[in-house]
Amino acid sequence: MGDASRNREYRIVHYVNQFFGGVGGEEKANCEPFTIQGPQGPGRLLEKLFREEKADVEIVATVVCGDSYFAENQENVLRELIPVIREYHPDLVVAGPAFNAGRYGMACGAICSSLQPLGIPAITAMYKENPGLDPYRKTVLIVESANIVSGMEEAIRKMVRLGIKILRGEEIEFPKAEGCFEQGIRKNYFHAEPAVGRAIAMLLRKINGDPFETEYPIPFFDRVDPQPAIADLKGITVALVTSGGIVPTGNPDHIESSSASKYGKYPLEGLETLNSRTHQSAHGGYDNTYANDDPNRVLPIDMMRELEKELGFKPHPWYYATVGNGTSVDNAQKFAKEIAVEMIRDGVQAVILTST
Amino acid sequence: MSYARPHAGVHPVTHHWRKITVRDLEFSSATRVENGKLLIDKGELTALLRSDPNIKDVKLAIARPGESVRIIPVKDVIEPRLSRIPDYPIFPGVLSAWDPDAGGILSGEIVSLCGMVVTTVGSIVGFQEGLIDMSGPGARYSLFSGKHHLVLDISVKEGMERHEHEKTVRLAGFKASDYIARSSLDGPLSGGSRETLINPIDPGFHGSEKSAGRKGKPKIAYLYMLQSQGLLHDTYYCGVDVKKMLPRRIVPTEVLFGAIVSGNCVSACDKNTTYHHQNNPILLELLRRHGTDWDFVGCVITNENVTLGDKQQSSTLAAELIASLFPDGVIVSKEGFGNPDADLMMNCSKIEAQGIKTVLLTDEFAGQAGASQSLVDGHPKADAIVSTGNANEVIVLPPMEKVIGDDRVITELAGGSSKCRLPDGSVAIELQALIGSTNQLGFERMSSRFK
Repeated sequence: MGDASRNREYRIVHYVNQFFGGVGGEEKANCEPFTIQGPQGPGRLLEKLFREEKADVEIVATVVCGDSYFAENQENVLRELIPVIREYHPDLVVAGPAFNAGRYGMACGAICSSLQPLGIPAITAMYKENPGLDPYRKTVLIVESANIVSGMEEAIRKMVRLGIKILRGEEIEFPKAEGCFEQGIRKNYFHAEPAVGRAIAMLLRKINGDPFETEYPIPFFDRVDPQPAIADLKGITVALVTSGGIVPTGNPDHIESSSASKYGKYPLEGLETLNSRTHQSAHGGYDNTYANDDPNRVLPIDMMRELEKELGFKPHPWYYATVGNGTSVDNAQKFAKEIAVEMIRDGVQAVILTST
Repeated sequence: MSYARPHAGVHPVTHHWRKITVRDLEFSSATRVENGKLLIDKGELTALLRSDPNIKDVKLAIARPGESVRIIPVKDVIEPRLSRIPDYPIFPGVLSAWDPDAGGILSGEIVSLCGMVVTTVGSIVGFQEGLIDMSGPGARYSLFSGKHHLVLDISVKEGMERHEHEKTVRLAGFKASDYIARSSLDGPLSGGSRETLINPIDPGFHGSEKSAGRKGKPKIAYLYMLQSQGLLHDTYYCGVDVKKMLPRRIVPTEVLFGAIVSGNCVSACDKNTTYHHQNNPILLELLRRHGTDWDFVGCVITNENVTLGDKQQSSTLAAELIASLFPDGVIVSKEGFGNPDADLMMNCSKIEAQGIKTVLLTDEFAGQAGASQSLVDGHPKADAIVSTGNANEVIVLPPMEKVIGDDRVITELAGGSSKCRLPDGSVAIELQALIGSTNQLGFERMSSRFK
């Protein structure tokens, strides 16, 4: 089955769910993965349209899995299927289209996303509200399709156009121009016109009430309303969290000085104060001379110890630290969610968050 | 703003701009333009600059478009110009005393040398000056790669305090530019192109809101934000440090005369050099089509100070001044990045609150991968933005045969890093380090979009 002989110029492996694989509908969604030689279901149309566009392709295999089975056993299924797909030495893997089928979309995204790092190009297609879109849009080329199966031919035509470019080694610089969803990554390009002309033209359209498209949509800012002050701290567990990069000397978790990809959790128990021998700043975005001289300036343990006697709160025995310098909002949100879950579990009732 | 100006009334301030194009530079015995070539008396210019006791040494060099040359670390770029208006000097308030509001701006002629610039480099003052590549991939990002450069490599006396160092280098550039202009343009000139720029008449002097619009043309104003955050982040208007200035109106063509100059550069990609101010394309475009495609109703300059109180005050005053011009819409250009993003959003929201439409010019700092949020502040009214590109994107610059200045500092530039030197001699550096690459006055064509 791992035969890599070439009858045609390009080899394609197609992934479909139990329905498009001809097994059956929802009642067969628990179907275990299996492989069929050659095209199956929408694969026949896919192969035909590729060839109509003069791309000499062959669908060497169709991999099928039930949607529920995939969703419930994702790790195992991927561990089983990825080597199977690799053995076919495909030039391209096509998954779906998944339309608005949620579990199918998630499976298509997961398969494509697992193949990319192996150097196997993989594309899929789904509807804009498919839950498989958001987790995978940044790493996978996802063609926008209709929500129902009547959009099959249109979706496959778009996948074929994209697929041909990939097979010919063209770099897909702007997926949106190829009918894909934006990946949400900013990428520079040279416009035909200098910015001054674009600005004046945009202003004239805005004044006239004509439609215009901003070149940078202001993102949704996740503003958090400040909570009312806690009147009495007696008995309340208070934690310290900092984005100012205060870590034990040597930076044991190797938190990056800029664009941090992680955070650390470090003990405070028994520490009355921090000093330049015990702690340091890992932050590269400010002059950290003074934070290194006296780390309490960024993570005020000394003051916490004084205040805890005065106000009677309970200090949380751990603090969390990361570096806020150039760190993406995505990463920051991920850190915050994980830290919040742990702190709630550990009974923390208030947090002092220090930044630089 | 009730000061009287002689031009208030029906005669707008008019400037005739003559441009003499230079196609090459050469050192010679007397400074002059001959057959399209600028000849420079090295000895005379060096002696003039060394008459400043702060300056220890000046080395002069020439760089031409297409040459394998890197100029680094660049502090300022200046276009030599000569005012032909008696008593209205070039770099008013900088090389001589000048009060823009006593007597007003007079009409008349200005001459500029086009195609060449005076560029200052020297031992680094801060950590964040930039570079110009005269060829290779970096040349595509900056208009300066297409100019002939007379480079002043300036060393100051040892132990000089940083602010004094910056000022010394800044003034040397203006003096050299003024010397070149006076030596080469102060006489009968042949050839060159001419352009006449007619300034708008302030509606405040002209009558009511109703009389301001002509034949239903859109009325456009310009809010010109100037960076003012301290050493190497500063800008001067008629010699006044703009961080100490309140927002005010200017006569748009004042910029041709060097009324706004740079206090040298910090983040090289988006700090306006003096050249950028002298040639502000927003002002020039609004003036050129004024009266035909729109009514340009005026320009307000404002600052970008570091405290919240200053930001609130300046944005309130800037919005009020803009509103006093009764525009339908306003172009707002930012300078620098980071906390100026907050000034930009305050200006935008306060102007939009007056029912005036805004378009904002800004660059982006979306991280090297382009995955992060581009600006540090936002506002729902900021719905019309022109992006001049993500300054964090990395470019690989191959080594150049010749370096003017000192390229050892490349790892210290904003956008460089200790790891930016590659084994083959190239540098992988953020666009941030290239002078003018994400300029927010709209000179360049680079932009950014979602992939």
